[in-house]
Amino acid sequence: MMSESRPKYILRTYPHWFYIPAAIIFAIFFVAPTVLAFYFSLTRWTLFDATFIGLENYQRFFGDPQLSAGLRNTVIYAVITSGLKVIIGLLLATLLTSRLWLKDLLRSIIFFPVLVSTVAVGITFSVLMQPTTGLINTVLRTTGMGPPDWLGNPGMALFSVAMVDVWRGLGIATMIYIAGIMSIPDDYFEAAKLEGGAWVKFRYVVLPLARNATFTVILLSFIGGLRTFDLIWTMTRGGPGFASDVLTSVIYKQYQAGFYGLSTAGNVVLFILVTIIVYPLMRFLNRRELAEL
Amino acid sequence: MTAIRKVLANTWLDAISLIVIGIVFVVPFIFIFLTASKTGPEAAMFEFSLPTNFQLFDNIREVLEFRDGRMLLALWNSTILTVGSITLIVLLSALVAFVMQRRQDRVASLASSIMLAGLILPPAVVPTIFVLQNIGLYRTLLGLIMVEVAVTMPFAIITLRAFMATIPREIDEAAIIDGASPMQVFFRIVLPLLRPAIITVIVVSSVGIYNDFAGPLYFLPGAENVTVQLTMYSFISQFTSQWHLLFANVLVITIPPLVMFLFFQRQIVSGMTKGAIKG
Repeated sequence: MMSESRPKYILRTYPHWFYIPAAIIFAIFFVAPTVLAFYFSLTRWTLFDATFIGLENYQRFFGDPQLSAGLRNTVIYAVITSGLKVIIGLLLATLLTSRLWLKDLLRSIIFFPVLVSTVAVGITFSVLMQPTTGLINTVLRTTGMGPPDWLGNPGMALFSVAMVDVWRGLGIATMIYIAGIMSIPDDYFEAAKLEGGAWVKFRYVVLPLARNATFTVILLSFIGGLRTFDLIWTMTRGGPGFASDVLTSVIYKQYQAGFYGLSTAGNVVLFILVTIIVYPLMRFLNRRELAEL
Repeated sequence: MTAIRKVLANTWLDAISLIVIGIVFVVPFIFIFLTASKTGPEAAMFEFSLPTNFQLFDNIREVLEFRDGRMLLALWNSTILTVGSITLIVLLSALVAFVMQRRQDRVASLASSIMLAGLILPPAVVPTIFVLQNIGLYRTLLGLIMVEVAVTMPFAIITLRAFMATIPREIDEAAIIDGASPMQVFFRIVLPLLRPAIITVIVVSSVGIYNDFAGPLYFLPGAENVTVQLTMYSFISQFTSQWHLLFANVLVITIPPLVMFLFFQRQIVSGMTKGAIKG
């Protein structure tokens, strides 16, 4: 509101039409499809004509266990990936902010997978996780452990893909925690040093004071986890059977099968899921940050 | 005594963390490189071993020449897609960020909440196809560029707006008093000063757009305008018995992000960990 009190000849330099080019593209290619989705999810739709059928698509979606499994798996996937990113990210960040030579190199190594294409990561880990000849099981066999069928076992496939997701996304979580830990004033660490060792430092300084970083990591991993598609699709295509289907892979499968209305209903379910989980998290995070100012 | 013990403990910690992180994060990349350098039958054994016959460059050439250079075409298309999208994203987002930060009125707060939705909501895929088809942009690179621009702008605007706040208003006001028009203030003064934030936006979004898989899968099907991610995906079935070529392909498409990382690590890390959250 401050700027509105400035003289007119200054405000003129910030014309509202500067919004227009961006607004047009955003309205046509993001807002319009999002709004249309709510209508088309209520229709039997061929892209050329749409017949209104009420909530039939949603009834089918929640009635068919193969489709509704996608919803359950999406939530499981998001919870597993964000939980592991929080725990491992915090531990790695603690390690990589201690006196460790090579810590810059290690930070870079952990971060690089973030930039590699998900398709490439998916292909590579599908091979590494091959049940008989894959590198992971070859190593496990030498230690005498019974090698699991990572992607072929219906009870494991979703979990295995989630592990690869954690591998790829851990760099962001770790760097967020590192930034959080580095912003803690040195006095706290000095005090912790007097009180005791590394555990006191971790438990009573890092853990409580890096709480904002934790919220950020949870928020980002949830946004990514609920929307995940590339890894699932390149590694299992939702299989075996429907064991690792998530909402986005259900949406794609129904689209491929020509059930556009049903596919779009899945898309709306995803909107709602993301909104009810992420929006409160975001409000909470922003309120905390404001409280600290 | 305790000092020596501490140094020793630290060295052990160093050694163990180096080994664990090395195995978990580096071995997959070495595996890609080794497999991409082997002959077909040897690669199909999926062993973590040195190639008996190093033929990485032959494999890469074969990937590039496969199906009349389909991979080269895909690299070209991905370049156009990335460069075209980034140009529009930077220009349009900077215009918005400039006015939004300088004039914090009702329009700015409305735009802020719409952007928040754009940041968290996944795109509605089939309705987007419907829109593209109705304006004649379905299955065109331009159509995909527009979609990438729309979904990436919220991140870009937030990043640029945050940096805009660090540029003193007095700088634009001095120019205004000298008689500069809005366009002159924006292009001559603000845009050059936004440079560090623009670099962050460029590197972070170009990695995202180059790596995008779902976008081309839905909006750009068909052989003639295929992008690298899609080409590699379709090679999975065609190369099933030719793992050396598939991994040579993985290696080739990993090089651009690696180069980006080597030059812009700081910007990428800060852009990805900070910019995205502060709405």
